[in-house]
Amino acid sequence: MNSLFPASSIEAGLTPLATAAAEAGSDVGSPLANISIFLVFVGVTLFFVIRASKNTSTAADYYAGGRSFSGTQNGTAIAGDYLSAASFLGIVGAIAIYGYDGFLYSIGFLVAWLIALLLVAELMRNTGKFTMADVLSFRLRQQPVRIAAAISTLAVCLFYLLAQMAGAGALVALLLGIESGLGQSLIIAVVGSLMIFYVFIGGMKGTTWVQIIKATLLIAGSAVMTIWVLALYGFNFSELLGSAVENTGEAALLEPGLQYGADLFTKLDFMSLGIALVLGTAALPHVLIRFYTVPTAKDARKSVVVAIALIGAFYLFTLVLGYGAAALLDTETILAAPGGQNSAAPLLAYELGGTFLLGFIAAVAFATILAVVAGLTITASASFAHDVYAQVIKKGKIDSAGEVKAAKMTVIVVGILAILGGIGAQGQNVAFLVALAFAVAASANLPTILYSLFWKRFTTRGALWSMYGGLGSALLLIAFSPVVWGRDTSFFPEIDLALYPLTNPGLVSIPLAFLLGWIGSMTSKVSEDPAKQAEMEIRSLTGVGAEKAAEH
Amino acid sequence: MTQVNAPNAGPVDYQEVQAREDFQELRRTHRSFVFPMTAFFLIWYIAFVITAAFFPDVMAIPVWGNINLGLVLGLAQFLTTFVITGLYVWFSNSKMDPKSSAIRLELEARGAGLPEEDKH
Repeated sequence: MNSLFPASSIEAGLTPLATAAAEAGSDVGSPLANISIFLVFVGVTLFFVIRASKNTSTAADYYAGGRSFSGTQNGTAIAGDYLSAASFLGIVGAIAIYGYDGFLYSIGFLVAWLIALLLVAELMRNTGKFTMADVLSFRLRQQPVRIAAAISTLAVCLFYLLAQMAGAGALVALLLGIESGLGQSLIIAVVGSLMIFYVFIGGMKGTTWVQIIKATLLIAGSAVMTIWVLALYGFNFSELLGSAVENTGEAALLEPGLQYGADLFTKLDFMSLGIALVLGTAALPHVLIRFYTVPTAKDARKSVVVAIALIGAFYLFTLVLGYGAAALLDTETILAAPGGQNSAAPLLAYELGGTFLLGFIAAVAFATILAVVAGLTITASASFAHDVYAQVIKKGKIDSAGEVKAAKMTVIVVGILAILGGIGAQGQNVAFLVALAFAVAASANLPTILYSLFWKRFTTRGALWSMYGGLGSALLLIAFSPVVWGRDTSFFPEIDLALYPLTNPGLVSIPLAFLLGWIGSMTSKVSEDPAKQAEMEIRSLTGVGAEKAAEH
Repeated sequence: MTQVNAPNAGPVDYQEVQAREDFQELRRTHRSFVFPMTAFFLIWYIAFVITAAFFPDVMAIPVWGNINLGLVLGLAQFLTTFVITGLYVWFSNSKMDPKSSAIRLELEARGAGLPEEDKH
């Protein structure tokens, strides 16, 4: 158990599996089949990306896909954006090994969408244009709030991106049987370049199609496996559970505690993670930007409904697949395989459908990383080009074509940073980065989003205190946590400077950020423009003046 | 491109509209649904997580065959998420949309929120 949160560790925690892969090699399946199926995916998505690039000229096209996607398409793309490798390989593996605790983890990922549905999606769609900062700076002082929102957006994107890229090398290495560090670095570079190409020429439209295709493949593939597993047990779920307990010999597999139950701190850590997941999801910048790809708030609502249906169904599948892996595979085999518990889903696919199904699942796993990094990159580029470059540096005196040009340059820079970061992070324990991204989103973004939508007295000072306070405290707590100090998996295992006992900062940083936003506003001497507040409130609830779909 | 929040010199006085009874009614309707629902699902989720973390024995109580209370409550989290989603869609379509589009159409007829020049 090299990580407290193995499900979040898949993205980065694939790193240990790379070393394991070197020892064990891929002894199941055929790298050739895996590569071929993946190449088919690349071919199909390339077709859509190139087709999308023909209609990408204005900023609204590039950042928001011309706001021309339907609610169903966007909902599918949201599922494609959200269901990362952690959700798929990580949760199936966690349930296979830790049983109920893995399931517990998936629930937070789903319930979180209610915040997006009830409080965020439609109101953000009605008031914003391209980015989260558009909404946050709507009625507050433009420059400082926009910069703060852009910094927090870039921080979340970068943490998430780094974790994905570090995982990409190891995952691809595992599934293709490439063992050397140089070979894996090369693969990270190839994945990164492909992603840069997709986002550079296809913009949001291309990215969205990659996500739609990936989500369809992932959900269809896991649905087939789920039905297959259930059929083996006569569609009797209770019998499947019984067989899982019997096969693993772990009586506690069906109850909580195997993973998080060790002591008070692991329990609090789980609560901290759970709260960060639930409050962070609706404030993830790459989720928020997706609401601008549909023509109206009503389509944004439909997007979230479709996303909830797909994501909910998917996590129900992982419950069956996780216990199915526990029932059908040997625990020792899973843990000894390259990738440890993360190999449970691929091994189950091999057990059920042999080389072809394994190849399919492996290709879906590559596609997952590609789709998620593309979504993060377009978000980071929109935030830098629109918020920092166009609005702050150029003070809005830039035309749409100039902004697209700046965004494309940013894509290249972000892509290169991601490749270098991914190569540098190889062999490092960067598993905490995904959980950190959620915690930062929940602390730095969500309080300001909710306050500016729902609280009249909210001020610029409150926003700045809350955003910088949330971001700063989350980073500070992580810097003095067991992630960095004193544990076997820490960066400095020998020295114990962990003043904060948990590995997730959310439990402290989220309430703190809410509190800072409130205190900052209450102590503020200047009050904000009530006319702008009135306009924002009316726009958010009625959709007056909301951005319309581009016409082609 | 104009600033997203350039002062709206448009024909509508938003503060006057904000104070109107029909807008206040819309705002009340919205908040009286989304706030209690949010409070409900957050409390229900946090109670579930606390039970799982601190009272695992409760979760282990068998319900039917190998299915225990933990699994039932976990699946109930899925169920409530789906039900709240459905309720919200019904609420928005029947209670919010007619009111909000009446105000939007009226304001747009008065020339509010005309697209800025860079929309295409």
